[in-house]
Amino acid sequence: MIRATRPSWALALLALPLALLLGAGAVQARLTIEVTGGVEAAQPIAVVPFGVSEGLIPKEDVAAVIAADLARSGRFRPMPTRDMLALPSTHEEVDLRDWSLLGMNSLVIGRVEQEGTGYRVSFTLYDVFRGEQLASTTLTTTPSGLRITAHRIADQIYEKLTGQPGVAATRIAYITSTGRGEGQTVALRVSDADGYNPQTIVSSGDPILSPAWSPDGRRLAYVSFENRRPAIYVQDLASGRRDLVASYPGINGSPAFSPDGQRLAMTLSKDGNPNIYVLNLLTRELTQLTDHFGIDTEPAWSPDGQDILFTSDRGGNPQIYRMSTAGGPAERVSFDGDYNARASYAPGGRSITMVSRVNGQFRIAVQDLQQGYTRLLSNGSLDESPSFAPNGSMVIYATVHGGRGVLATASVDGGGNQRLSQDSGEVREPAWSPMMK
Amino acid sequence: MTHSSILHSIPRPSRSLARGVLVGALVTLLAACASEPKRGPVAEMPASRPAPATTAPLPVERPTYRGPWEDPSSPLYQRTIYFDYDSTEIKPEYIALMRNHAAYLGTNTSTRVTLEGHTDERGTREYNLALGDQRAESVRRFMVAEGVIPEQMATLSYGEERPADPGRLESAWQRNRRVIIQY
Repeated sequence: MIRATRPSWALALLALPLALLLGAGAVQARLTIEVTGGVEAAQPIAVVPFGVSEGLIPKEDVAAVIAADLARSGRFRPMPTRDMLALPSTHEEVDLRDWSLLGMNSLVIGRVEQEGTGYRVSFTLYDVFRGEQLASTTLTTTPSGLRITAHRIADQIYEKLTGQPGVAATRIAYITSTGRGEGQTVALRVSDADGYNPQTIVSSGDPILSPAWSPDGRRLAYVSFENRRPAIYVQDLASGRRDLVASYPGINGSPAFSPDGQRLAMTLSKDGNPNIYVLNLLTRELTQLTDHFGIDTEPAWSPDGQDILFTSDRGGNPQIYRMSTAGGPAERVSFDGDYNARASYAPGGRSITMVSRVNGQFRIAVQDLQQGYTRLLSNGSLDESPSFAPNGSMVIYATVHGGRGVLATASVDGGGNQRLSQDSGEVREPAWSPMMK
Repeated sequence: MTHSSILHSIPRPSRSLARGVLVGALVTLLAACASEPKRGPVAEMPASRPAPATTAPLPVERPTYRGPWEDPSSPLYQRTIYFDYDSTEIKPEYIALMRNHAAYLGTNTSTRVTLEGHTDERGTREYNLALGDQRAESVRRFMVAEGVIPEQMATLSYGEERPADPGRLESAWQRNRRVIIQY
């Protein structure tokens, strides 16, 4: 016998303090990252512990943060500090032959010094074989900015050595949930790409879903059921100010910012079935893009803002279609299998990632739009919500591990894979931020 | 809502408190006309109240009878329609159930229902939100064809966000692919 999901009064009373308690506890929880493979092709690099001026105890181990960032990219294999034969922190102390003998391709040294109430952080990157300095930079920071400074240094090193911008200084938005039914607490959170500095953006006893970044990384759009109906909000992260932008009858879902940040694509079913609309955030003018009797949802803009990808079941099962943002006909983009959904473009626009059902398993796929071939990036059974890193090197997605919702990253270009989980509760719907200015 | 921090908490208490007051008023109203099921949209959800004061007698945990859909011997007690995977099609075995509700709503035109659509967890969340919406819409269309006034019904999709069974097996998924007629 199935009963309504409505609990009794007594249950609701019990669930109330529990929900608040879990919510408070979750603020402390941080995503922890474990590398799950794919590091064979990684380059050896030594990041020597940074020297510090006498008496100074920096808040962060800058070299350790840099090494962890480089390791997470899957492209580098940092040398453990205990294997180092010398710990140089100035150019004069460096003997590149030592590092060559240890099989290192690259060497990073640096120093952290007091500057006013903050720090001055300098680093030098060497090509060990050529005996050359590839980069040497000094940055200044407040004490609380030391960790993000370390991420920026990691990104400079990554870019020098791979030719591609790094993503260590980016952020991830995700949804967490603890408890069930009336005792459920759902939160939209944002953390650094390494899981540190988690901040709760909004929390509710009702579902929150579909976080989407503005192109400048300053705002998030999301769907919240806090008024017992789905509605779309846009929230400024720095001020916390938020706007209710869509609250029509039926579903209000799948917000997606245009590349210029001025429009928001979304799914509305106000006229009986889900269609794609575009809301101009300045004029509040709403334009209907699709008009079909089936389900049209999950819009995603092309990087040039000319096209929109979306999921439609107009062909009998969900597939990816593409149409011009100026309107007109839609063309089908996905052809492999009988379930392809929630597509989004890679930063360059040459490929897309989506959820594909393969032999009954939901997996993350990447389809090359020029060559047409599709490659699977994941091997779970309920994988969803893929989101490209802003340099296109990785895709972060939601998966199930040990019966719990966790996040995972998969490399697109041959780097490593990782799993990001919380000690308790579910984590889902990751959205990788754009590059942070 | 404070704008000084980025934290936007939407805690249950304030909302529940407001709901509690409204429901309290509603209970009074119901007591006045107990035989006629009548309700506002707020009564949809259970009320939470502030923790009972130790000196006051505890409120009696007796659910107020709101209509025949709460009576296990009534045909209206069956309020859930189940669906096949990725389908919005109503299966023949649920037609009698829906006709019972259509007949009741047809003679009780002041009664309002929400058709609440749900899916299992497979597939993407937003597609499932749309699928739940279309399941509710299928039921709504059937009920309109059976003579129910459209204004008596609202649809609401939770997609996969509110499973009846949190399991990750087909047995749980079956229970989650549903539309509930909520009075």
